[in-house]
Amino acid sequence: MKRAAPSRTTSKAAVNKPSVPRGASLQTTTFAQRFTSYRNHHKVVAVESLQRLLSTPLPTLMTVMVLAIAIALPAGLYVMLKNAQLLSRDWDGSAQISLYLKQNISEVDGKNLAKSLERRVDIGRTQFISKEQALEEFKLLSGFGDLLKELDENPLPAVVVVYPTQRDAALAEQLRVTLDDFQQVESAELDAEWVQRLHAMLDLGERLVFALGFGLGLAVLLVVINTIRLAIEARRDEIVIVKMVGATDAFVRRPFLYCGLWYGLAGGIVALIIIESVLFWVDSPVGQLADLYSSSFDLSGLGFGNTLSLFLTSAFIGWLGAWLAVGQHLRAIEPR
Amino acid sequence: MISFQQVCKRYANGKDALQQVSFQLDVGELAFLTGHSGAGKSTLLKLLTLIERPTQGQIIVDNQNLSAITRMGVPYYRRKIGMVFQNHQLLFDRTVFDNVALPLLISGYSRKDAGRRVRAALDKVGLLSKENLLPIMLSGGEQQRVGIARAVVNKPPILLADEPTGNLDPELSAEIMDLFQQFSNVGVTVLVATHDLSLISRYNHRSLILRDGLLTEDGALLSDHLYDDDELQQLEAE
Repeated sequence: MKRAAPSRTTSKAAVNKPSVPRGASLQTTTFAQRFTSYRNHHKVVAVESLQRLLSTPLPTLMTVMVLAIAIALPAGLYVMLKNAQLLSRDWDGSAQISLYLKQNISEVDGKNLAKSLERRVDIGRTQFISKEQALEEFKLLSGFGDLLKELDENPLPAVVVVYPTQRDAALAEQLRVTLDDFQQVESAELDAEWVQRLHAMLDLGERLVFALGFGLGLAVLLVVINTIRLAIEARRDEIVIVKMVGATDAFVRRPFLYCGLWYGLAGGIVALIIIESVLFWVDSPVGQLADLYSSSFDLSGLGFGNTLSLFLTSAFIGWLGAWLAVGQHLRAIEPR
Repeated sequence: MISFQQVCKRYANGKDALQQVSFQLDVGELAFLTGHSGAGKSTLLKLLTLIERPTQGQIIVDNQNLSAITRMGVPYYRRKIGMVFQNHQLLFDRTVFDNVALPLLISGYSRKDAGRRVRAALDKVGLLSKENLLPIMLSGGEQQRVGIARAVVNKPPILLADEPTGNLDPELSAEIMDLFQQFSNVGVTVLVATHDLSLISRYNHRSLILRDGLLTEDGALLSDHLYDDDELQQLEAE
């Protein structure tokens, strides 16, 4: 096999000089040109695939709504959970430990104990409630006052109420155990046990939200895979043609990947709108409720960071779904 | 430029589509590839475009052994080959310009840089004024010329045409053949697969004739020498 000209460089002259057959040479491009055009092609494809989605608004909207609902559910629950955690943090401060003193401890000893405890670093302040005060309080609050008059002896113990300096529930529990060992103390009780239970429930809720998020994330992925699969089928002829004229797999894949990316991102944006609308909707009843408890609690939304990660995650899931669909189906579409 | 050495192709169903085919096409040569339906024309073109791989033998194109080209390399190899199809294979949702620009965009040209070359190719096939039309608005002959412009826009060293005049009347067919002749003149190796005998007989080009997968004739022959009478009738019936 011979070649009239060994040149592999691009040459328009090959066309302009018909008299000398020298072998046409393939148009080649430099690396820099290719890189610029690669970037430009990304831009072009990104815009084109968006336009393609917008050119069929109704089917696109339906798919996006399915994605948005699947994203909004776990994300919305996450927001609620975060609010509940904020609320419970306020209540942590109310943790207090009641030391029920032994019956044989005198009022003076009790007061001394309260004073000595106050010197500890982990205790902010203490309050001594004598047997008599306790009885008065009990009469007042319980409504059994008349019944108590019948008793010869005051059955109530004196109490030292301890307010820990730390707001942390675990540290408070530690302190309770320490105080329980004091010889004057009959029993020490942490009054914030229900806060701990709430914490346990919130932990459980957090796990459930993550499990739900994982499951629905998978659903989003499957919806995108299926949508992209249909898009690939619809453009089968076009894929065959571009492969025939020398398109690489990456070139063929690109519009579908952008399509998945847009679906995911649109799903994320609509999910955010849904969440913020629901928050707006429940904001005033929550405010009223908070007022009734004379709390200054305010509902908080997703916030900037979480919104950003919502968008990134949903766009990534869309892209991943498209990538999986394309990997599965594109190889099967070859020129015949 | 194209060299077949003892090439055999057997399909999975056991059919021998090509047997011991050997030939060589030089730079700038224009040849017809002909034969009855099922003789192996399509298979030969598929081997050249790496849609199929040979069962035996070597195919060397532009000093490159095709068996050495991996799946990753196929797209880059195909850019060396301009392909013209019987049914044009145009994208009907894009303009004539975009159709012709496709191979350039794939090779990494920006639309702006591609524009000059696309217009040069369209000018060559006489469709410069129709660049903004959709293919559906064009006649069959014009659509075929768009296909040719797309095939040559990145100046490939090889042009393969599969029944390029299949749906065209003799006058349009002659225009298409003139274009191929011009490309051949500037050094493009052109292989035209056709069973249009009148077309072959009008030009005194080399003809490769396949018959049941065997290369039976190779040379510049006029149509009345190409086939015996039975075959001629059979071909014309097709």
